[in-house]
Amino acid sequence: MNSKSFSLLNQIRTQKVLIFSLSIIAIYCLLALLTSLGVVASDYSVIKTDLSYTPPSLNYIFGTDFLGRSVFSRALKGSEVALIIGFFAATLSTLIGLTLGLVGAYFSGWIDDLVVWLYTTLESIPYILLIAGLSFAMGPGLSNLYIALGLTSWVGLCRLVRAEVYKQKKQDYVAAAESVGASDLRRILYHIIPNVYHIALIQFTLNFVYAIKVEVILSFLGLGVEPGVPSWGLMINGAKDELTRGVWWGLASATLMMFILVLAINLFVHNVSKSQKFSTHF
Amino acid sequence: MSLIVFLIFHVVGGDPAYQLAGKYASADQVQSLRQELGTDKTLFTQYFVFLGQIVSFNFGNSWQTSQSVLQMIGSAIGPTLSLSLPAFILGFLLSLFISIKSLDSKKSILRGLVPIFCLALMSVSFVAYIIFFQYFLAYKMNLFPINGWDHSLLHRWSYLFLPWIIAILVSLGPNVLLLSSLLSKEMEQDYVITARAKGLSTQRTLWHHILRNSLLPISTAVSLQIPFLITGSLLLEAFFGIPGMGSLLIEAIQSADLPVIKAITVLSTLLYVFVNLITDILYTVFDPKVIIQ
Repeated sequence: MNSKSFSLLNQIRTQKVLIFSLSIIAIYCLLALLTSLGVVASDYSVIKTDLSYTPPSLNYIFGTDFLGRSVFSRALKGSEVALIIGFFAATLSTLIGLTLGLVGAYFSGWIDDLVVWLYTTLESIPYILLIAGLSFAMGPGLSNLYIALGLTSWVGLCRLVRAEVYKQKKQDYVAAAESVGASDLRRILYHIIPNVYHIALIQFTLNFVYAIKVEVILSFLGLGVEPGVPSWGLMINGAKDELTRGVWWGLASATLMMFILVLAINLFVHNVSKSQKFSTHF
Repeated sequence: MSLIVFLIFHVVGGDPAYQLAGKYASADQVQSLRQELGTDKTLFTQYFVFLGQIVSFNFGNSWQTSQSVLQMIGSAIGPTLSLSLPAFILGFLLSLFISIKSLDSKKSILRGLVPIFCLALMSVSFVAYIIFFQYFLAYKMNLFPINGWDHSLLHRWSYLFLPWIIAILVSLGPNVLLLSSLLSKEMEQDYVITARAKGLSTQRTLWHHILRNSLLPISTAVSLQIPFLITGSLLLEAFFGIPGMGSLLIEAIQSADLPVIKAITVLSTLLYVFVNLITDILYTVFDPKVIIQ
């Protein structure tokens, strides 16, 4: 009895954290929408060379960068760039991983062998080499960046989905669907997918965070977005030369903006995977 | 495996002869350079040359420095391991200690705070950690050298302390979360209740019973990280001027030095396969019920 009331208490706490983290993510989405419409932080690319490296003040909350652009506006605009990279990279990797995992495990045989061969191969190559290879092939740019990230980060999802589908397809409900004449496609779409979507959801959010974090590393390697795009990766890497001059606000604002978003997403994933409904799988 | 590596770097990589010859080379120069590099042959022949290289372990010479690729890798592997291996071992032991201590703790606040602290640690970019610590501890406080390297085994350690600290700090978050989840899963087992019922302390149960039974999943999780010891410290090496595999890789990527890239890829892939094999063998040591077919 005692443990039951404890788990109920735990669930309420978990739910509070979920609502908290989801509302932070929602605020970021709203912010990204407003910056893309030009309502907020529209002065992110206004160059005022005479104001180069102004320390934080009332006019410029986070000071200005080398070209006199408002660092605060660029950090806000950076959330739009980060959300675009995270969303498209995670969507692409989820689509690939989910499709391959479902098809491989459902049809088994040589199709499954092919899927397993593909992901073990990809997994054995250091990710930075893969992404670098793809980035070279496609050239720099925002869309190429998230395509490269999406194409290389689906392995974990595919592996988990494949294992779960193997379990699910032996269940009675799938046999029942078959016995009333449901086609393969129908069995996959209406019967199996609803039972594995929670894996895809968690992996989607993990890949989202992964893409945002790898963007910083790729910016360092010169494989990120084009210079001039207000990305957090470029801002953080810019601090390499700025800190010794006492310019700390570029690093601080980009790191802070990234910290809040990534922490919110991390808290969300952590608590979702801990909560009752998902506990059997994680 | 070799096919994918080959296709990625050959078909999509563009013509390396053009890049090497520079903007103002004549068509003849480019053609002779192609012959020298072997990129004038058909893709099919090139693929077999590559397969031959993997089997014979001879990856030819670097396009940039004309040194033997194997020699370059040989001299880079020492610095990399002296950075990544101690950091990996210390980081893992520290994570294990923290997760056991936090599970052992009677205060539920601590048990709740440790994961949040880990998640917070994980939410800051690796690059931001490096830039901040290099500036603050090395440049501002003068506690460590900013960067540099000494080839003698005895004197290189002073350059390694700060990279170690950062590597351990970054690995702490994910490792503690992983270990606590593995250990707490084990805590729900019946034998734990038995051990507690016969009067063993939580501490003793954790160290002697639960840890032992969790060795299998822990060793799987740990072994997955080993291949990345070779390439994983890329950023630290670059920022701290350590002439290891990471620095080699970055230079190779930035100058499209295909022989070096191919060699590192093949070697790390082989390492991956090798580590997987070792893990399977270790299973039988930790759990005699497992039989390798």
